[in-house]
Amino acid sequence: MTGKDEAELSRLMRAAIAGDEKAYADFLHRIAALVRGFVRRKIVQGGVDPEDVVQETLLAIHVKRHTWRQDASVLPWVYAIARFKLIDAFRRRGRRIEIDVDDIAETFAEPEPETVSERDINRALDGLSPAQRSVVSAVSVEGRSIGETAAKFGISETAVRVSLHRGLAAIAKRFGQGRFGRE
Amino acid sequence: MRTDDLIKALDADARSKAMPLRSAWWMAAGAAAITAAIVFLLTIGPRPDFMAAAHTMRFLSKFVFTIVLAVSAFALIRALSTPGAPTGRAMAGMIAAPLLVAVAVVLELLVVPQADWGTRMVGSNMMICMGFIPLIGIGPLAIFLWMLRYGAPTRPVLAGAVAGLLAGGLAATFYAAHCFDDSPLFVATWYTIAIAVLALLGALGGRFFVRW
Repeated sequence: MTGKDEAELSRLMRAAIAGDEKAYADFLHRIAALVRGFVRRKIVQGGVDPEDVVQETLLAIHVKRHTWRQDASVLPWVYAIARFKLIDAFRRRGRRIEIDVDDIAETFAEPEPETVSERDINRALDGLSPAQRSVVSAVSVEGRSIGETAAKFGISETAVRVSLHRGLAAIAKRFGQGRFGRE
Repeated sequence: MRTDDLIKALDADARSKAMPLRSAWWMAAGAAAITAAIVFLLTIGPRPDFMAAAHTMRFLSKFVFTIVLAVSAFALIRALSTPGAPTGRAMAGMIAAPLLVAVAVVLELLVVPQADWGTRMVGSNMMICMGFIPLIGIGPLAIFLWMLRYGAPTRPVLAGAVAGLLAGGLAATFYAAHCFDDSPLFVATWYTIAIAVLALLGALGGRFFVRW
């Protein structure tokens, strides 16, 4: 991770906030890989699935993106959220944690690919209203566009966007309240 | 759900908008000041000799303390509600108000005869002070805690306590316009206790209410 990469990520995020979906997808994929590397390095003992923390972090980044100051660099903001979500995941599972708050190694985290398993987010999805759940599933798992989803359910695109937005906010909120740990 | 699928959903929601946190904090500060002003004017209001008092150093010094506290707490809480934002300078700024009070206390002890220290400190209004500063500040505190939920504080308990200090500084600024006890000895004692009550409430609010 170089200063140039970081500047590029900040640029992508600014474009995303301005409404550029392509830039946002690019940003999220690159951030997911970085956060995955960071989280895997921090989780030395079992009990917490790194990919769950990656997904919670991405959701938090999404619903809290208005807290990023566009004149600041984006990575310290991303890692502060990732660290918070990691500590939260440990706390939910009742583990004592030791995390170096000023670990500079995170700056050099290498991108890493995902491992597949059952996810906390699936449980979170179950807590949504039926309409929100079907819209979120259609857009994510089935990979449909907003327009295709609207056609599938016979509702307007605006209604799809509202359900999607509220559904994502509800999932993020449930994670925040710690209701989806593996108790 | 795979992470790539989640990203598809987040990306499809890219166009949803929320007010930038920085602007939202200024709006919250305005709303909190208006809330405090309304409660103040409907309950105790300014003292009748406000204009005459405004020419005395002791009366004015109260506003210096409370406004400095509010301004420094406002700077800190904005930093604390932004992940990754540096907080060192804002944290150091929190020393300013206690330092000013400490200097004023020393000066007061130098100019006032020792026999009067007790009456200056106890004053005539301490129960009103301890009741009304929290009463005026509770609405602003609720607004600031709500703002912390809107933000993303990675240290929610600390951020909640600072929300209490900010609400306390704001409430004490209004209360100072009512109170006849202008001695720094009174301010250092009773204002501090009243503001500490709000800070404690704020910390509790941060612990149990500020989740994200």
